[in-house]
Amino acid sequence: MSFDISHTLVTVAMAAALIGALAGVLGSFLVLRGQSLLGDVISHAALPGVVGGFLIAGGRSFAAILLGALAAGALAGLSVQGLRRVAGVKPDAALGVVLSLFFAAGVVLYSLAQARPGAAGVEVFLYGQAASVLRTDLPLMAGVALAVLAVIAALWKEFQFVSFDPQGARAAGLPVDALETALSVLVAIAIVLGLALAGVVLMVAMLIAPAVAARQWVDRLAPMVILAALFGAGSGVVGAALSAMGDGVATGPVMVLAATVVVALSLVLAPGRGALAQALARVTARRRLQRRQVLDALRGLSVEHGNPGHRSEEAMIDTYLGASARPVLERLEGEGLIRRDVHGPDRRPHWALTARGQQAAEGRE
Amino acid sequence: MSALLQSVPAMILMTGALVALSGALLGTFLVLRGQSMASDAISHAIVLGIVLAWFVTGARSGPLAVGGAALAGLASVLGAQALARTRLMAQDAALGLVFPAMFALGVLLINLNARNLHLDIDTVLLGEIGFVWLETKTLLGLELPAAAVTLGVVAMLNAGFITLFWKELKLASFDPGLASAFGFRPGLIGAVLLALTSATAVAAFDAVGVVLFMAFLIVPPVTGLLLSRRLWAMLAIAVGSGLFSVGAGYALAIRWDVSIGGMMAVATGAGLVVALVAAPRSGLVAALIRRRLLRDEERLNTLLIHLASHSDTPDRAEECTEAAFVEHLHWTRDDARAVILSGLDRGLIRRDGALFSLTEAGAARAGMLMRAHDRRRALPPDTR
Repeated sequence: MSFDISHTLVTVAMAAALIGALAGVLGSFLVLRGQSLLGDVISHAALPGVVGGFLIAGGRSFAAILLGALAAGALAGLSVQGLRRVAGVKPDAALGVVLSLFFAAGVVLYSLAQARPGAAGVEVFLYGQAASVLRTDLPLMAGVALAVLAVIAALWKEFQFVSFDPQGARAAGLPVDALETALSVLVAIAIVLGLALAGVVLMVAMLIAPAVAARQWVDRLAPMVILAALFGAGSGVVGAALSAMGDGVATGPVMVLAATVVVALSLVLAPGRGALAQALARVTARRRLQRRQVLDALRGLSVEHGNPGHRSEEAMIDTYLGASARPVLERLEGEGLIRRDVHGPDRRPHWALTARGQQAAEGRE
Repeated sequence: MSALLQSVPAMILMTGALVALSGALLGTFLVLRGQSMASDAISHAIVLGIVLAWFVTGARSGPLAVGGAALAGLASVLGAQALARTRLMAQDAALGLVFPAMFALGVLLINLNARNLHLDIDTVLLGEIGFVWLETKTLLGLELPAAAVTLGVVAMLNAGFITLFWKELKLASFDPGLASAFGFRPGLIGAVLLALTSATAVAAFDAVGVVLFMAFLIVPPVTGLLLSRRLWAMLAIAVGSGLFSVGAGYALAIRWDVSIGGMMAVATGAGLVVALVAAPRSGLVAALIRRRLLRDEERLNTLLIHLASHSDTPDRAEECTEAAFVEHLHWTRDDARAVILSGLDRGLIRRDGALFSLTEAGAARAGMLMRAHDRRRALPPDTR
């Protein structure tokens, strides 16, 4: 029994890693091209294809369901383009129309399929069910995924050009329309392949989340794609494993939540763009500015008094800074640029530039 | 009357009609404001709201549950907007990140609490309007479906909002800049619109499921937008098309024994197809007519230039006949006759026996066309 569980778990983990990585790679292009929601439309629109494939094949045939989903997804993508270009419907409305009508058609077909035996095979495609992936499905999955990755590797330069500068690519003589269509078809294949695990409703997150997370860490396409693949594979394995252990917990939601956690961590922790790094940069910048302001104030006062070692009253510096200057003064004192001076009848603290401080204030440090 | 209202088909149709009405009213403004996909986010995010509202209040219906769940829908759109404002990701990626996460959490919580919640995750997605009569409420001595009562209240709220704030909504949708200059607070109006959309989605999800509600929200308004440029006409077409879909979808679903809610949503596509074919500006028929008019005009121009270039040449007797038009310009005899008729009608050419020649007006137009052509030819090749 324990052997069975680990056996299933290995199958599921392999499939989830494969799908997560593939979705991460293609999602990177989708996110960079500003077409994130097209992924949502294609995955929802695959439902009539999934059910249609099931109805035509008369049972749970992995290949038939994949083909049906691919046909429906491609038709949905074409419909979006048609509505926009021919009828002049706004892009977001075109996406919404196609998504809801295709899904509605899927619901109608689904109600037909429920009357057939083995309808549970269709149900898993709504929210995904890791356990539904059979070991015999793995070779097909891996084969298709490798083929997709091979196409991307072969057309890497072209896809890169089209994603960042479509007009430039057109001017350079690249077949831009054909390349964009090819990219959309590859995205549709990745979506369709992942439906059994993530489900039609949530597959979009497996495309977007790893790509957005990866984008926070790096600025170049190749590292972003690789990182997105790793993030996708990681979230896939974690999600699939957790849901396989829980009883009757759908896989899609767990995978998506795992990917969302990765995004949240990236948004906070990523160097440069992350919230922490941004906050740190703001503090550093403010401190540098205040340091400059205090040094300038001290130098100004000493020039005014014709005495390089002039002692300025702390309250005066507070006024220049518009806030309490004490923390800035103490940091400067620590650097050895100014010294504290309290003497005579006036017991209030005074500050003067040291020799090094004078150099720093004149910008010669 | 009360017996009629209490029959099962009447209950289903009434519930569907209320969904269609609310969807058309709100959707028209969402589509105009370019927020169609925000409704996608809302309809998914409310699932988390419904579960959380149930955790807190223990109720799955009633104003508290509807209001609480609607907050989640609003939060998804506003949250995505806030995330996009950090400029760490694009607006569409932010939306595609927030609502799947909320939906995933909702589904997971339903999964884990399935025994207590009595909420099937398939129902969330698909709904079943065929079962609305199972849960009823008595109102004014009538036994009405509970979903229809909630939907009725929400529909009245929607209608009230749109009537009261008609000109503010109109201006905020077409020209947000001017609206805020007038002090109309387009941002606030947009937020109220989204909040009402969320509340309506919560009220409708029992009946038609979260995704099918989107069909009623977007497809009829897009139909209206294709067919008319006037806001009130757009709204009227959207409401009409939505109501028609409810009736037609019900009839077809009964006939083919398929999901009633699904069929109603599919039926909204029928109105859209009609609009795509018949729309006055962008429809297929209009495009065909435009293309034909252009082609006829182009043929007439060709005829005028042909006559002008052969007017004083020795081969005039051969070139300026109907036979020459057919032979040299590669027209069919019918096409040639149609062009000749239109030229004669408009006084651009005249007939002397078998010979055709230009009238003064025709010669002037031919001259103008040829000069325009020469000007284009005279330009250096790279600026042409």
